[in-house]
Amino acid sequence: MSADSDTQFTLWEVFVQEKTGAPHTHVGSVHAADAELALQNARDTFARRDKLVSIWVVEAERIAASRSEDAAGMFEPGPEKIYRHPRFYRPANPKKKA
Amino acid sequence: MSAALVEYLLRLGDDALVLGHRLSEWCGFAPVLEEELALANVALDNLDLAQAALALAGELESRGRDADALAYLRDDRHFRNALLVEQPNVDFAWTLARQALFDAFALPNYRALAQSADPRLAAIGAKAAKETEYHARHARSWVLRLGDGTAESHARMQTAFDELFPYLEELLASDAITRELAAAAVAPEPSALHGEAHATIAALLHDATLAQPEPGAFRPRGGREGLHTEHLARMLAEMQVVARAHPGARW
Repeated sequence: MSADSDTQFTLWEVFVQEKTGAPHTHVGSVHAADAELALQNARDTFARRDKLVSIWVVEAERIAASRSEDAAGMFEPGPEKIYRHPRFYRPANPKKKA
Repeated sequence: MSAALVEYLLRLGDDALVLGHRLSEWCGFAPVLEEELALANVALDNLDLAQAALALAGELESRGRDADALAYLRDDRHFRNALLVEQPNVDFAWTLARQALFDAFALPNYRALAQSADPRLAAIGAKAAKETEYHARHARSWVLRLGDGTAESHARMQTAFDELFPYLEELLASDAITRELAAAAVAPEPSALHGEAHATIAALLHDATLAQPEPGAFRPRGGREGLHTEHLARMLAEMQVVARAHPGARW
């Protein structure tokens, strides 16, 4: 455990998948000493009642996150430059004919 | 047959009830919040199993007692749990050693029970086996980390196993009741699980860098006949006080 004021174990972010093929979604976080115990804690905290098919845990400090002071540059790209965004590609969908 | 089955269900239910209550005593005191949830989950699974086994026992004995009556209105002399599960929590290491020892017997026992010729017992066994896989994994994870952890955690884990190891034998003992049920393919012989349970514990102790406790002269038993350690009566006094002070109360 580190010498900082937080006496808890390492923080892990928890992502759960509700059915096969669905994306894993963030549901919260748990403290645990290592990955295996983090999975067990995540199971106890988030999977007790709901039926899930998979859980991911990620050490919170391993996640690279944007900083709030960068929000202006990152998230306000300007509506006049929509051609910069990859929105005009038709997603591949084998069930539908192009 | 029916009398033996009632007796067997009381053993099955009382093991789960007493262990479940012991685990629930950690509520509010667990080392970390996440562990509190984990122990409470294991406790609830055990109470669920106790409910099913005691309800069936009450139905088969036909004396008008339901699961609540059996849980709250019997004295310690009428409880049929093995002595291991009534041992106090002491510390986190004792709690986990008790759990690992119990699950080394319980997991193969429930798996075998799932094959019972009696569909009611098979259903109880199948559900409990699935849940106990997780209980055993949880206990194993901690025993490994504490055994192979700091000098203090290692010493505490070793002490807990040294003290509780002798209680495993009672769970693995067969008698007239189990022989009768095994002959009818209704329930497994505990003695048939002896090898697997001991192999599980030996592997766990080895992986956790703990020493195998020496088999000593201390062979605690008597729980199946209602002869318990001093710890059970105190636990029951707390567990049963509300139900006894307000008989038949509903909320």
